[in-house]
Amino acid sequence: MMTASPHSNGSASSNAIRTENVCRHYVMGESTIRAVDGISVDVPSGEFVALLGTSGSGKSSLLNLIAGLDRPTSGAVIVEGKNLAAMSRQALAQHRLRTVGMVFQSFNLIPSMTVIENVELPLRFAEVDRSQRDALAREALDRVGLGRRLQHRPSELSGGEQQRTALARALINKPKLLLADEPTGNLDSRTGTEIMNLIREVNESLGMTVVMVTHERALAGQYAQRMIFLADGKLVDDQPNPASAAASLPGDRA
Amino acid sequence: MKAHDLAELAIRNLRESVLRNSLTTVGISVGVASLVAMLSLGIGLQQMATRRLVKSGLFDTVMVTSRRDLRNFNRNEDGGGPDPAQSPVLDEPARQNIERLPNVVEAYPDLRFITSFTFDDKPHLTMVAGIPSSYKTNDAFDGMQGSFFSSDMAPEIILQKTFAAELLGKTPKPGSEEAPVAELAKPLLGKEISMRYAERVDVPASTSPDTNQNTQNDPADSRDAATYSIQSHELKLKIVGVTDLDPDSMRGAARARVLLPLKLVQSLHVVQPNALRDTTQAASKSPTYSTVSVRVKDPARIQGVEDGVKKMGFNAFSMLDATRSLRRFFAVLDVFLGIFGSLALAVASIGIINTLVMAILERRREIGIMKAIGASDVDVQKLFFAEAGVMGLLGGALGVALGWMIGRLINLGTNVYLRSQDLTPEQIWFVPWWLVGFAILFAIVVSLLSGLYPAARAARLDPVQALRYE
Repeated sequence: MMTASPHSNGSASSNAIRTENVCRHYVMGESTIRAVDGISVDVPSGEFVALLGTSGSGKSSLLNLIAGLDRPTSGAVIVEGKNLAAMSRQALAQHRLRTVGMVFQSFNLIPSMTVIENVELPLRFAEVDRSQRDALAREALDRVGLGRRLQHRPSELSGGEQQRTALARALINKPKLLLADEPTGNLDSRTGTEIMNLIREVNESLGMTVVMVTHERALAGQYAQRMIFLADGKLVDDQPNPASAAASLPGDRA
Repeated sequence: MKAHDLAELAIRNLRESVLRNSLTTVGISVGVASLVAMLSLGIGLQQMATRRLVKSGLFDTVMVTSRRDLRNFNRNEDGGGPDPAQSPVLDEPARQNIERLPNVVEAYPDLRFITSFTFDDKPHLTMVAGIPSSYKTNDAFDGMQGSFFSSDMAPEIILQKTFAAELLGKTPKPGSEEAPVAELAKPLLGKEISMRYAERVDVPASTSPDTNQNTQNDPADSRDAATYSIQSHELKLKIVGVTDLDPDSMRGAARARVLLPLKLVQSLHVVQPNALRDTTQAASKSPTYSTVSVRVKDPARIQGVEDGVKKMGFNAFSMLDATRSLRRFFAVLDVFLGIFGSLALAVASIGIINTLVMAILERRREIGIMKAIGASDVDVQKLFFAEAGVMGLLGGALGVALGWMIGRLINLGTNVYLRSQDLTPEQIWFVPWWLVGFAILFAIVVSLLSGLYPAARAARLDPVQALRYE
């Protein structure tokens, strides 16, 4: 059986993500909501991990902590060797810009911008020269299979096309991690499969670490190498996906 | 983010809610317009006043007298300085020295005398003054009928209108309307008038002929030099102009009603009022003047010239103090007009704050997205600043144009009124280039200040909250 525990093995350098007893508590009036309550996980580089749990289990909150969109109340979140808990707001912005790429359930494209403008927006923040931006954006769009309708606005596109655009945007700065929050939640099953295949391809061909939040066990079982189950902000189960273990992957843990 | 990306995104965002942002921009432009209109009015009024004063010669002229001459313009100075009897004499070499001072355009002697004219066989007694050819540009001659002297030595004469009326026997009764200059000039222009004058002929000719007027010699050195005889002459002059203003109103009671070319007067060697006194006083061998008028290039340089003249040991007097208080008055006026103008801009800045705060609420999700994909606090802040700045720039430019039009309208209205009152139209409003630049810059600065709070608020927006919000 696969016995290697991700908690114990591997140094910080081989881990893309390491959380140490991380907590995120919200104070709502008199009550405290423990969205993330003492989670410690290690994710090796190149792994495709699914975060599973019901609504309110804390899976999205954990993803936001890894993304650097939010700060932990206590504990450490170490991504690519850097502790996000100790970073300045400016450094966190750099982390979101260069280290991670995000896709969301609701796509989160800017409605007033065309497809290509949405995709190259991170390049503006990265101060990439105007002349290079167009080529880079087209390259990223090619990778997600969107070669046409680049001058259309998101509202003129199908859900699948919008999510492809969002994926291209997430990949444009060549991040180490792809974080996906219910990426197929707003898509029909056929389009959802297309998007998931794209994400898997990114994971396999670029060796990009992927963390996907989903409540669909079946989807996770189909694509992820490892499944982490959360409930009430706590880690309840962490298991490799036997289905994907058969598929040989570069850097697969043994 | 790079500046051009920032500008591009800012303009894109402004166009997304074009009506609201246009209204805000119009608000700024109304503010700027009121500021520009107010300040340009202040500047215009100041320029009008300065223009008149400078052209009148009052504010670019220093009057120089000798300390020997107890007839001093400035009483305060009588006490100080060396003994009047030992002070330098205001003679031709002194005049030439004064003319060589920096920023001096010319220094000319003040020559005036009372004499009698014959016109239509009737005698008329009046004050005559010699005026230099530079007076041609004096705006006192703006309302003149006829022309200025054709040359420095031309036997020509310009009449003041009260004297013209006297010649024609049309002296107005008290309370009745004065006849217009044109009406007085018509029968006089081109006519001949004869002037009687007393020439002073020095017995020992001690000076060169070209500077030889008004001569008296130093009795201390030579008693003979003080001796002179007086000969009566008559000179025929052609009337070339009739003016409605006195160009030398500064001299008050000594107003000359008849003007001759200065060089011509100098060549006549007319006995001057100070000639008698000079016979008893120690003076110099060269001709002396009771007063020399010094014209300065620029009213701002007048103090330096005055100081230079005083260093030479003469009394100097100018209307500088009067201009100083005038300038102070206009500075205060400008400040007040500026404050009133700025009030509208202050109201407009509240409009900017309101618009941008609304924009944050509307674009909450968009800000969250931008942060999620890597925009820093500073990027978001700059974006809102840029939007405020663009509105400021557009509002400023539009406002300057609007203010310019308002100013023109005020000017037009005033001139229509002035014309209806039979007064000369005036440019009471002026927009200098620096005001255009200043107004636009001011609009941008005010807009950026207004953007401070919204930009800071947008920058601090929590992306998790913003993205959760649907």
